[in-house]
Order: sequence, then structure tokens, then C-alpha cells
Amino acid sequence: MAQVHLRDVVKKYGVLEVVHSINLDIADGEFVVLVGPSGCGKSTTLRMIAGLEAISGGDVRIGDTVVNDLPPRERNISMVFQNYALYPHMSVRENLGFSLKISKRPQEEIDKAVDEAAEILSLTPLLDRKPGALSGGQRQRVAMGRAIVRHPEVFLFDEPLSNLDAKLRTQMRVEIKKLHQKLKSTIVYVTHDQVEAMTLADRIVIMRDGHIEQVGTPLDVFENPVNTFVGTFIGSPPMNLLDGTVKNGNIQFADGSTITAPPGYDLSDGQAVTFGVRADNIMPVGHALPRGEHIAEVELEVNLTEPLGTETLLFATLAGAEVQAKMLNPRPVQAGERLTFQVMLDRCHLFDAETGVALKV
Amino acid sequence: MKRLKLPQWLVLLMPAIIILSAVVLIPLLLSLYSSFTSYRLTRPDSLFNWVGLFNYEKAVTDVKFWAAFGRTVLLLAVALNLEMLFGLGLALMISKVTRGQRALRTMMMFPMMFSPILVGFQFKFIFNDNVGLVNNALQSLGITDTAIPWLVDGNLAMFSIIFAEVWTSTSVFGILILAGLYAIPRDPLEAAKVDGCTPFQSFRFVTLPFLMPFIYIAMAIRSLDVARAYDIVQIMTNGGPARRTELLWTLIGRTGYVDARMGYANAMGYVSIFLAIFFTIYFFKKLTAARKELGMGV
Repeated sequence: MAQVHLRDVVKKYGVLEVVHSINLDIADGEFVVLVGPSGCGKSTTLRMIAGLEAISGGDVRIGDTVVNDLPPRERNISMVFQNYALYPHMSVRENLGFSLKISKRPQEEIDKAVDEAAEILSLTPLLDRKPGALSGGQRQRVAMGRAIVRHPEVFLFDEPLSNLDAKLRTQMRVEIKKLHQKLKSTIVYVTHDQVEAMTLADRIVIMRDGHIEQVGTPLDVFENPVNTFVGTFIGSPPMNLLDGTVKNGNIQFADGSTITAPPGYDLSDGQAVTFGVRADNIMPVGHALPRGEHIAEVELEVNLTEPLGTETLLFATLAGAEVQAKMLNPRPVQAGERLTFQVMLDRCHLFDAETGVALKV
Repeated sequence: MKRLKLPQWLVLLMPAIIILSAVVLIPLLLSLYSSFTSYRLTRPDSLFNWVGLFNYEKAVTDVKFWAAFGRTVLLLAVALNLEMLFGLGLALMISKVTRGQRALRTMMMFPMMFSPILVGFQFKFIFNDNVGLVNNALQSLGITDTAIPWLVDGNLAMFSIIFAEVWTSTSVFGILILAGLYAIPRDPLEAAKVDGCTPFQSFRFVTLPFLMPFIYIAMAIRSLDVARAYDIVQIMTNGGPARRTELLWTLIGRTGYVDARMGYANAMGYVSIFLAIFFTIYFFKKLTAARKELGMGV
């Protein structure tokens, strides 16, 4: 068990810098998820921690050791890969025991560790099969088993669930979370799926273009995004963003319509802002769950509906832009119908129109 | 008169049947038949002199035949293993090269582009005891002051032939193993690194099992090649000195065309075929097993 510290870590490929001097401290036993769109440097960062990519600048520390120049085998980590990376010519048992065999542990110890891991991941009946004879979910479990037999200090997961179908992914997500609760080890987990990030993480690290945008607990980054990127990336559906200007305590949108400005912001007339509201906070009257004291009402025309069962997503036009709203206890809605929506202003966000940075409350 | 009416499928197959009979079937049957006769090229009527299994009995009891047989197996074993090792080394090195890899790959193939006859002549010159390159170099460097009889001493002659054979054909292994190296997925190798493998262990436990199918394909192809080795040996030593480098096909060639005893040569040829068949089956079995091991299907 150990902490992981990244100090001004840089990754360059030739002159191209893909990770720009990032800092991150991961506590012992913490489950940290690196999330971001493709190409944001999250996998590269993970691979630098693993030792599969050279570190171009800065320090990576695991526990008290700077591991920059240590090969992966001396870092006491284990890694689960996106494509499972099982050894196809070895049985499940051999795959699980391989790392212990390499480090020349006695056979009884290997057998015991393998049986234990197989037990935890319900792989016992599959021990003598080759990876080729396993389903995707089973292979993923073997890959995880291979990681846990060694009792490493840090587990690294590189998009481990992205090759599984949706149902299996949900199931494995729960298994990973249970595994973490059982092993209580430090986990660094990379994904592009914000749902995985939200559900698994103790802390989420949101990355974009080689920078860390925000670090925080799932609820924190959900409720207090530091900029429009985090606002739209975290949460499903993404946060609705509307450009406008401040006028007499209201926000005036491009088409001239206005809405009361969210409370608690220090605004000046004529200031260009981006107004952000999540679908959960814009709901039709009678199908809403009003939250907060400040509620504005707007009448919108519904263009499209997406019934999801317990709720329906409504696509409506607000100030010339399409926004997504939510309808609780849904009733059938026809396209073209006009409904009155409640906007929970206490839960809306204002960002600087130019930089996209949140205007602090 | 009623015209002969052949069934349609037979008519359609006729061209293939005629061509195959002319180029494969009839020569094959003829040679098989002649191996039961005392056929000599110089006396065509001897083709009809049926001697039963006499030629086969003579072949399997002939020490010279078995010596050549054994020597061919030796050449196969030594040359194939050396070529495999060198080819593997070559492929591993080329796969690590970051610049000019294409050029190197092409250069690696050069030895294969020469006719084996020319390779034979070239090495006959290189190993010549008077004017040869090797002896000149050794003497100039003062390593030896006597001329080493590379092609005259029995053991050295065999060594020289193996050397030439390996020089020509290592690239077959090199190129096939290189193809194998390119086909290895990156993930298991990274997993091995994380699992604690040293570079050598990664090679031993992950890379090599992935390469085995490619190695066996190369072995199967090359075993057929070496089992019919003729040209290089014929040029370099002509089976000599005193039959010390006589291989199956130099012996058979000599018996058939120099001694003109075609019936006997054919009988030896049929016995020798089993060698090639045996190696082919052996390596294909290994190949299938190696592929199955990797879960690649059969």
C-alpha cells in the first residue's frame, strides 16, 4: 500500500508535448479515476506511473521512492489493460501465477495465491482453460486476478471495461468497486466514460489536452465544475450552455429573451457570461422536483422526446439553442407542444463567456 | 455410327486430367515402374527387364546409400538449427532498428537472390586451399602458416558446405521470424514487463511462444529444401572427397545420370522421399500444436 505523487510530470514525444507539467497526490488506499476525452493524456500519465512510458520531466513517486528510472518490475505495481493482455498460450492458472513464478516464489505459495484470487473473482471452475476459451467478461476477470495475486502497492487500470458490452460493464464496475473495498489498495483508474468515473472514484481527475482541469470528489466536480469543459464532460446529459450578457440582474440571451441571474454571483452590467444549467434543473411544471428557493419559469417548445422510463428527456429550444430538460413522472409529450419549465436557479452556473472559467459564487 | 458420348463432368475435367497426366502422373508412374526394372539410360530395352524388389533390396542394404542418408539428416539438423538461431537473432536485431529498417530488410534478403550454383562457385573459391579468401586471410593475419584444406578434408568440407548453406538461407528464417515479431500484440509484452519479467524472461515466456508457429513454418519449408540439397554440394565438392560429403541427391544424381543406372536411382529416390515426407509431417504437427497453444485454431 502506498501513495502516488506526481510532481510537474511532463511527457514529450520529440518536440510534441502531450502531458504538460501535471501535479497530483494520491493517498494510500484511494481510488482515483483519470477521466477525459481521447488524447487528453490520461493513459500516457498512467503508463508513466507504470513505467511503460519514459518520463520526460518531473518526478513520479510511489511510496517514498522516486521511480522515474525504475523498470516496471521494480515499482511494485500491477496493471489491468484494455485488451486484457492475457498470455494466450498459458492457462488461466498459469496466467494468474505467472508473476509469482517469475519472482521465483515457492510453488505452494503460488498455488495458494492463485486459488485465493480465483475464489475472489469466481474463476475457480475456469482455472484450466486457455484465454481463447473464455468470454470477454471472464478474460477481464482473469486480467484483474493477475493483478491482485501479487498484492502490489498500486493497481493501475487502463480503460479495463471499454471492450465489454453495456450490461457486463455495469456488472464489472460493481465488482471492481467491491474489490477495492475488500483489498483497500491504492487504485489509479483511467477511463473516458464519465459514468464509470463518477461511480467508482473517491476522487476524479478530469484531464484535457495534457492538463488537469479539476480534481475532486464525484459530487464536487458534478456540482461545482471549474469551467464549461468539466460542466459538459461530467454528468449525463451534458450541461446546457447558453451565451448571454448581464443586464439589470438578468441574463439576456442573443435572441433578446432573459432569465433571472442565478443568486450569489457578483455581476456587472454588460458582462458577457455563459449560463449553464443541467437537465435535472430545468423541468416542466408538475413534473419537477423543485430545489432551492430561486426558481424561474420559462415557456419552451418541445422538439423531441427520449422516454427513459422513470423520466423523459425533453429537447426544447431556449434562446435559439437546443437545451435538454428532464421530466419526472413522465406523461406522453408530443413534439411541438409548449410547456412551462421551472429553472432551479440555485443550481445554475455562470461561466466567463470568453475563458469558460466558472465565476465563483 | 454412334458417337461416344462422355458424361459432361468428365468432358469438363478432361483438360486438367490430360495436363496432370502428362506432367505429373505418367512420369511418376513411369519412374515408379522403372524402379522395379534394371533400367539403364544407355540400354533403353532394359526398361522392360522386370527385377521386382531387387533395386530396393540393394538400396536398403547399401552402406553408401545409408551414409548419404545419414549425412543428409545431419546437414538438415545442423543447418536448420543454425539458420533458425541466426535468423532469430537477425530478426530480433532488425526489429529493434528504428531507422532504415526497410533497407536492412531488403539487404537481409540478398543471399536468397543468388542462384545456389553461383553460391556454390563463390564458396568454392572462398574456401579454396590455395587462392581462397579464407586461407589467404588466415595466413596474412598469421593465424596459420599452412594452407587449410577446407574442401579436401572430409569434416572441413562438410563444415564448408553447411557454412554456404547457412549463408544462403538464414534470411528465410530471418524474414519469417520478423513477420512473426511484427504480428505479436504489444499488450502481453507490456503485461509481462509489469508482471516483473526481465527482457530475457519476456522473450522466453511471451515472445518465443508467439514466434513458434513462424519458426515451424520456416522449418517445414527449409526441411524440404535441404532434403533435396544438390546444387551447392555438387559444385563445391561433387560429393567428395571420397564420398565424405555425398548427400542423398548427389548420390542419386550420380547413379542415375553418370552411372546411367536409372532404375536403381529411382528406387533410391523413392526411399528418400520418405525423409522429406517425414520432416514435413513432423514440422506441420509441431506447427499445429504451437498454433493451438496460442489459441489460434487449427
